[in-house]
Amino acid sequence: MTARALIAATLLLLAAAGRAPAERVVADVSQNRIAITAGFDGSELFVYGAVARIAPPLEGRMGVVVRIAGPSTPVLVRRKSRVLGVWANTSSELVDAAPSYYAVAATGPIDETISHTENLRHRVSLRHALRLVDAASTGDEREAFLDAVTRLRESSGLYVIAPGGVAVTGDVLFRASFQLPANIVEGAYRVTVLLTRDRRVIDVFETEIDVAKAGIERLLYDASRQQPLVYGIIAIAIAMAAGLAASETFRWLRR
Amino acid sequence: MQIYLPIAEISVNALLLLALGGGVGVLSGLFGVGGGFLLTPLLIFIGIPPAVAVASQANQIVASSLSGALAYWRRRAVDVKMGLVLLAGGVVGSFFGVRLFALASAFGQVELMVSLCYVVFLGAVGGLMMVESVRTLRAARRPGGAPKKHGHGWALKLPLKMRFRESKLYISAIPPLLIGLAVGVLAAVMGVGGGFIMIPAMIYILGMPTSVVIGTSLFQITLLAGFTTLLHAVETQSVDVVLAVLLIVGGVFGAQFGAMLGARLRGEQLRFLLAALVLLVCAKLAVDLVSTPGELYSLAAPT
Repeated sequence: MTARALIAATLLLLAAAGRAPAERVVADVSQNRIAITAGFDGSELFVYGAVARIAPPLEGRMGVVVRIAGPSTPVLVRRKSRVLGVWANTSSELVDAAPSYYAVAATGPIDETISHTENLRHRVSLRHALRLVDAASTGDEREAFLDAVTRLRESSGLYVIAPGGVAVTGDVLFRASFQLPANIVEGAYRVTVLLTRDRRVIDVFETEIDVAKAGIERLLYDASRQQPLVYGIIAIAIAMAAGLAASETFRWLRR
Repeated sequence: MQIYLPIAEISVNALLLLALGGGVGVLSGLFGVGGGFLLTPLLIFIGIPPAVAVASQANQIVASSLSGALAYWRRRAVDVKMGLVLLAGGVVGSFFGVRLFALASAFGQVELMVSLCYVVFLGAVGGLMMVESVRTLRAARRPGGAPKKHGHGWALKLPLKMRFRESKLYISAIPPLLIGLAVGVLAAVMGVGGGFIMIPAMIYILGMPTSVVIGTSLFQITLLAGFTTLLHAVETQSVDVVLAVLLIVGGVFGAQFGAMLGARLRGEQLRFLLAALVLLVCAKLAVDLVSTPGELYSLAAPT
C-alpha cells in the first residue's frame, strides 16, 4: 500500500464522515396503524428511539423534539359580536390549512431545545403549521383568528405542546407518550423526530401512522357515503321495526 | 361505556345516550310530541355536530312516534285523512325549510336562526298553552264551568271542503295544508318533528277534538320524520345509525312508559306540564342569546 493510496483512503473517510452526521437518531412508534373501532375512545401512542453514534458523543447540550401532525384541512373561523342585543356571528376568516391534530414534545422548553431558525426551517411550532394566505383581516385581527384556532383545538385536546414531554435515559434512549383524543380524524399522521445539539438540528427521523376506521364503523361509514339511499332506507326500517317491537312487547306485557 | 359514532366521528357515553333517548321518549308518549325540541339542543351540547344531531334524531323520531301512534291507532284515535293532508303540506314545507337551512348555513347564521326560531315559537306556543291550561284548570274547579269550544267559522267559508270523520269536522283542506306547510318549514329548520306546534294548531285553529289530536299528530310525525331521514341520508349524509339506535332503544321504552303515565293524568294537567317545559327551554335559549358567551370564536368546516 503506497502513501498516496493511504491519503486517498483517509480523505474518502473524512468526506463520508462529513456527509453522515456523527450522531444519528433512530425511532419507532408503538403502533403504525390506529384502528377506529366501535369501542374507540382515543389512543395512547409512544414514540421511542435511540441516538446512534460512531464516535464519542458530540459537544453541546443534546435535545430531542418529537412532533406528530395529522392531516391538514381548511378551517372556517367565525367571530361573534353583539347585534341588536343578541350575539351573532359577524366576521369570519378562512384558514387555508390547519392540522387536524398537532403535538410537539421536547426534552425541555421548545426555544431552549431548538433555535428560532431551525424551528422555522423544520416548521416545529404550531404557528408555522397554520397557513393563512389570502387573509381578509389584517394585523391583530388576523392574529386573533389564528389564536382562536389554536385555543379551541387545544381545549379539545387536538393541539398539544409538551415542553419536557420527551424523557432521555443515559444520553442515548428517549421516549415520549401522546394521548390521541377520541375525535381525531382519519388519515396519515406524520411523526418527526429531531435530534439537536446546542439548539441546532443534527438529524431528522420521519415515519407515518395510519389512522382509519375499521370493522362496523368502516362498514357503516362507507355505506352512508356510497349507498346513501339504501343506508337511509335501512335506517328507517330499523327505526320502524324498533317502534313496532316496542309497541307489541308492551301490549303483551300489559295483558 | 364509551362508543364511537361512525358518522358523528366522536366517542360518547352509550348509557348517556340511552338515558337521553329514554327521557325524551317519556315526553313523547306523555304529550304526543317528538321531543326533538329538547333532544336537538342536548345532543349538540354533548358535542355531536349539529347536522348529525338533526338528521339522526329524525330517524329516532320515526321509531318513537310510530310506537306511540300504534297505541293511539288501537284506540281508534287517529284521523288518517287529516294526517295525510297535514303530511302533504309538511313535505312541501320541509323542502323549503332545507333550502332556508342551506342559505343560513352559507352565511354562518344557522345557530342564530335556530335559536331565534326556538325562542319565538317555543315562547309563543308555551305562553298560549300555559294561559289556556290555567284557564281550563280554573274553570273546571268551578261547578258547571265547562271549557269553552273554539269557533272556526272562517274555515267554513274556504273552498276544497273535506269531511274528517274521526275529527267530526267538515272544513276546507286549505287550513290544514297551510299548517302542515308552516310546521314542515319549522321542523326542517329547527330539526324537530314539530308536534309542539302542530298540536296547539290542531286544537286552537282547526278545532279538532283533543282525543284524536295526539294520535293524528304522531301519525303525521312518523311519516314526515321518515321522509326527512331519507332526505338527510341522501343530501347531507349525516344520519348516524349508531346514534339513532341508541336513542331509539332508550326512546321506545320511554314512550311506552310515558303513554301509561299519560293515561293517569288529565288533559289540562298534561297541557300545563308541557307548557311549563316548553317555556323552560325557551327561557334557557333566550338567556344564551343575550348573555356574553365565554368564547367568541367558533370553528367550522368550510362549505
